[in-house]
Amino acid sequence: MTGKRRLHQQISAHNPGKIAVSDSVLSIRGLSKAFGGLKVLTDISLEVSQGEFITLLGPSGCGKTTLLRLVAGFEKPDRGSVYLDGVDISSLPPEKRQVNTVFQSYALFPHMTVAANVAFGLELKGFRGRELNDRVNQALDQVRMRELADRYPGRLSGGQQQRVAIARAVVNTPRVLLLDEPLSALDARLRRDMQIELKRLQRELGIAFILVTHDQDEALSMSDRVVVMQDSRIAQIGTPREVYEDPANLYVARFIGDINLFPGTVIGRNGKNELQVQIFDRRVLARSDKALQPGQLVQLLLRPEDLRLTEDAAEKVPFFWGSIMERSYRGSTLDTTIHLDAGPVVRACEFFDEDDPDFDYRVGERVKVSWVQGWEVVLPDEDPTH
Amino acid sequence: MRKSLRLLFFCGIFLYLYVPIAILIINAFNLNRYGLRWDGFTLKWFTAMAANPGLMEATRHSLTIAICAASAATAIGCLAAIGFTRYRFVGRRILQGTLMTLMMAPDIILAISLLVLFVGIGIALGFWSLLLSHITFCLPFTVMTVTARLQGFDRFLLDAARDLGASEGQLLRRVVLPLLRPALLSSWLLSFTLSLDDVIVSSFVTGPSYDVLPLKIFSMVKVGVKPEVNALATLMVALSLVLVVISQLLVKERDKNGKNK
Ligand SMILES: Nc1ncnc2c1ncn2[C@@H]1O[C@H](COP(=O)(O)OP(=O)(O)OP(=O)(O)O)[C@@H](O)[C@H]1O
Ligand SMILES: [Mg+2]
Repeated sequence: MTGKRRLHQQISAHNPGKIAVSDSVLSIRGLSKAFGGLKVLTDISLEVSQGEFITLLGPSGCGKTTLLRLVAGFEKPDRGSVYLDGVDISSLPPEKRQVNTVFQSYALFPHMTVAANVAFGLELKGFRGRELNDRVNQALDQVRMRELADRYPGRLSGGQQQRVAIARAVVNTPRVLLLDEPLSALDARLRRDMQIELKRLQRELGIAFILVTHDQDEALSMSDRVVVMQDSRIAQIGTPREVYEDPANLYVARFIGDINLFPGTVIGRNGKNELQVQIFDRRVLARSDKALQPGQLVQLLLRPEDLRLTEDAAEKVPFFWGSIMERSYRGSTLDTTIHLDAGPVVRACEFFDEDDPDFDYRVGERVKVSWVQGWEVVLPDEDPTH
Repeated sequence: MRKSLRLLFFCGIFLYLYVPIAILIINAFNLNRYGLRWDGFTLKWFTAMAANPGLMEATRHSLTIAICAASAATAIGCLAAIGFTRYRFVGRRILQGTLMTLMMAPDIILAISLLVLFVGIGIALGFWSLLLSHITFCLPFTVMTVTARLQGFDRFLLDAARDLGASEGQLLRRVVLPLLRPALLSSWLLSFTLSLDDVIVSSFVTGPSYDVLPLKIFSMVKVGVKPEVNALATLMVALSLVLVVISQLLVKERDKNGKNK
């Protein structure tokens, strides 16, 4: 926790969310798609560079699968285009695109052995004999499935089928590999293992991966960049740290990780990077370079790990009184739920240290809730229906 | 008590189902012409059957029609089923609906309509009218069988094949047809049987020049069951037994490959 630095000053300085067009493998520009009047994708643009691991994160129905299908060529966009290595591939059929997909249901051919499944794409490209064999074996080795090469998919476990599906796709050395929720059918344990394997494989192959998930932990832990989607649009593109520590809007903040919201009103600005905000009965200083006007309603965002519980009134930091509702010990951390006198209920999460007197709080005890200065994020208040 | 009751029940059902066939088979080897009592073993009814040119010709005709109709109905049905499941086109629902209607409609109605049609457009009643009619009444069954199998597939299998570089033709040859093989086989066998034992439609749409087995047998037994017919029926039972065993073996092999997933 001590290593945590606020990112947003640096981010806004050189804007790493954008990557120069020249080194991008896949370039999605202004893509829109509707199914019978229902807008599924609206003006999606994304640049993916060589060897990058991108995750598409969003709730069910926000258009993640549709975006992948447009890139793979199974659907035609209503507007916009897809470029692969600078060439417009929007009108090419799937079999002519150097892009491969790992389907959520794996979609292994049930009438072919594991080896035949993996060989399928190469055979269609004209590989035969030794070379075909070597490549298939190499791909099977990469996913550690060489021993089961002669089995039929119906006789494999979910995790094994998953590996075969990945081998079948990567053996074609696509420029971009698309993975539609590849891990969602696996149990938690296997899932963790496969996340690590996928990461390793991606590093070894140096192929750009676009992985769809609705699991934010998966997105944060695996990707170079996360694309957060919100009903048919991109809400934010950024590194895992950017989307976690500097969410673009309240939707992203709520979707990724736990968040505490303190409603407030902007009083005024203290220089370029500091705002005065009225929160409940207190006036606090908050870091922000966003264009917020005095009188505007805002939310002060603080992650549970940013909050501090103290009894010591001497500290010259802003704080709010509250009483402890619940404490739960989680091994390395201690989670506390506090009911603030001003109304809201907030959650704090601290690393467990048995020598620290602060860890002796009882339920019902009164505490002061403060936070690490400079770690707060101020966002304009949105329609509360979101 | 419960157990012996159950056993009795099973025996009853099996007797009910198989005694008539058993009697027929026994009589095929019975020296007694009328099958009234066992007079001793003989194969002479089989020779008599083989020596009956009318019966043999009708058998040949029936087999020809059954093989041609089953093959054509399976091929057309397979393509139709693929079309129905893969493409969304205007009139798809209506076409599917009419096929269903065809299956539900009484044979006699189908027979009369076909007869009217053939006479109307001037197709002579004989081989072609018979073949077209048999294809017609087999078609709904083959479309149904193949459609059921297609719908059981993971619909992403086709996408996966395209994704890996398969053209439409390669998709059909390397993925769809191999996966459909069991369904095609059962469609074929079903059509073959339907065609072989059809009486109603055949009696309307064939002419005197092209007699088929069920009609021949029908006319022969009008004046009492001839033992040659028993002999022929015994051969047909044997043939269907062989077909059933073959299809079972094919299904077994499929299971061994774990394909029924
Ligand atoms: N072929 C189609 N025809 C009509 N509507 C479609 C089609 N494909 C997708 N949709 C609709 O588009 C919307 C987005 O679907 P999509 O599958 O892209 O969502 P998703 O983000 O992948 O969701 P999930 O996480 O549940 O997989 C959904 O409302 C869906 O019903
Ligand atoms: Mg999806």
